[in-house]
Amino acid sequence: MTAADVLVEVAGVTKSYQKGKETVEVLHGLDLTIPRGDFVALMGPSGSGKTTLLNLLGGLDRPTVGGITVDGQAIHAMSGGSLAKWRSTNVGFVFQFYNLLPVLSAARNVELPLLLTNLNGAQRKQHVATALAVVGLTDRASHYPTELSGGQEQRVAIARAIVSDPTLLLCDEPTGDLDRETATEILQLLQALNRDHGKTVVMVTHDPQAAEYAKRILHLDKGSLLEKAA
Amino acid sequence: MKYFGLIWSNMWRKRIRTTLTILSVFVAFLLFGMLSAFELAFDGSNASIENAERLISVHKVSLINFLPIAYVERVRNLPGVANATHSTWFGAYYQESRNTFGQFPVDAESYLALYPEFTLPPEQEKAWLNNRTGAVVGRAIADQFGFKVGDRVPLTSTLWTNMDGNKSWEFDIEGVFEDSSGNGNSVYMLFHYDYFDEARAFAKGEIGWIIEKGDGSRPNTELAADIDLMFANSSAETKTTDEAAFAEEYAKQFGNIALIVTAILGAVFFTILLVNGNTMAQSVRERIPELAVLKTLGFGPGTILGMVLLEGVLLAFIGGVAGIVAAKWLLVMASKAMASTLPGGLTLNAQTIAWAVAFMFLVGMASGLLPAVQAMRLSIVQALARR
Ligand SMILES: Nc1ncnc2c1ncn2[C@@H]1O[C@H](COP(=O)(O)OP(=O)(O)OP(=O)(O)O)[C@@H](O)[C@H]1O
Ligand SMILES: [Mg+2]
Repeated sequence: MTAADVLVEVAGVTKSYQKGKETVEVLHGLDLTIPRGDFVALMGPSGSGKTTLLNLLGGLDRPTVGGITVDGQAIHAMSGGSLAKWRSTNVGFVFQFYNLLPVLSAARNVELPLLLTNLNGAQRKQHVATALAVVGLTDRASHYPTELSGGQEQRVAIARAIVSDPTLLLCDEPTGDLDRETATEILQLLQALNRDHGKTVVMVTHDPQAAEYAKRILHLDKGSLLEKAA
Repeated sequence: MKYFGLIWSNMWRKRIRTTLTILSVFVAFLLFGMLSAFELAFDGSNASIENAERLISVHKVSLINFLPIAYVERVRNLPGVANATHSTWFGAYYQESRNTFGQFPVDAESYLALYPEFTLPPEQEKAWLNNRTGAVVGRAIADQFGFKVGDRVPLTSTLWTNMDGNKSWEFDIEGVFEDSSGNGNSVYMLFHYDYFDEARAFAKGEIGWIIEKGDGSRPNTELAADIDLMFANSSAETKTTDEAAFAEEYAKQFGNIALIVTAILGAVFFTILLVNGNTMAQSVRERIPELAVLKTLGFGPGTILGMVLLEGVLLAFIGGVAGIVAAKWLLVMASKAMASTLPGGLTLNAQTIAWAVAFMFLVGMASGLLPAVQAMRLSIVQALARR
């Protein structure tokens, strides 16, 4: 694997939290390489540190020790402001509970990341329409989150995650709140984004059937990684 | 302003709460506008320089006791007095008793000399001087009752019976004067004392009060004391003060309006600060996870801070601007209704409006500041985990 093929490089990452006087080490000296175009399922028991790792990969938090490089950029060394800017163009996040803004319509939720770009109103509209078309929700653009089903909300969230065309998609239990059938639709969508749109996907899941959609499965146990081929 | 839509939508998260908050801001600024206008109208400090230079001598017992007309000449001849004139309360109404305004029989030449701020076109002045039953009215009165030059106006005095045994008097309007001092004192009618004195049935040769002005050689206090001394131990003793003191005395009847207004407004603004602040704090607390999502998407700390602050300011401005506009409108109505009581009218001056805008900004910023800082400092990881 050449350097150009590597998207994410995690080197010797330790993450500890301060709980009162106690220091809790959640991740211990983690090493991980994710090639461009990969689809990784991240599994493990509750409390093993999956969300913590995902937050580090997405630049929402910083490692206590070690370095994280994404697309050649050392994100552990970035300042808060430049990290925010970096997130807006390089990563898309999908959460278990969708996390849409209830006061905004689907289209305006999807538009949010574009507010941080230099695109004008017409261009933003164009991008939003494309993203909503990719997730198959063109006809729900003006609906508010309360008027959508869970699966539709998650599609809107995915549209929001891809609208600024990031290379990396980070999903924390994206099907955790959905029934089997809807979950399958969402997983197929993520798979299509990986296969057809070249997105590199890291997905945390508890569901072995969901993990089947990934190219490979990583197991996190008590802060250390084990790999199993999918 | 591409963030405006987001801020606007966030503001209306709880429609009823936002509406009530805006209403309370609206009422506060309505009150601010109205009270400021009243304070301005009763403020004695806008008495002009001319006023301060003039002295007024009244009967020592009360304003309704008369002085002999001979006093005027004696005051005029006192060393240090440049000129003196006199005036008397006529107390009449036009057609209906509620149409009461001030009318005064005066000695036209000396009166106009002492009141240079009452300006009258020269040809009207000449016409008035040549017509014994002529009168001139202030602009405000002319506008209020539709008096025009050439009109013959009947007035009914509540005080003065004429030689015919009735209280009906007729005057020819010969001119309309303006008050160039800007104090809005053009609410009087002036007519000739000679006509009045000949026609009235009683108290001939008596006047209400004397107005005099020093020649500058002696301080007003000294002059006032001298005048009162001159008439001491006579049948009609006098009390002399300057016009500004007279106006101040008059204003004191209404209490210390400025202080009351300031106290009320202080309480009002403290209250809306709490109301606005509470709305903003609640609103931000409710959307902690949403703010975390925005930060996740790459909204920087400055953008988050600015958006919350702007929301607070917007809340204050919507209610505030509406309140000031409503106050302006109500004051126009009130001014019309009170034209003869408050001749200066009730207005919002530029200063009041500037203060209002400053207060809106201040209230908005102050109420949004703490929630905005809280939102800015929010830890994404903790807020997303709802820890
Ligand atoms: N901000 C924090 N402060 C203190 N402790 C934390 C913090 N975030 C995570 N932890 C701790 O780190 C450990 C790992 O948490 P994490 O959320 O990464 O687990 P997870 O694998 O995602 O679990 P789950 O499957 O339940 O989502 C837990 O013990 C948690 O209590
Ligand atoms: Mg988790």
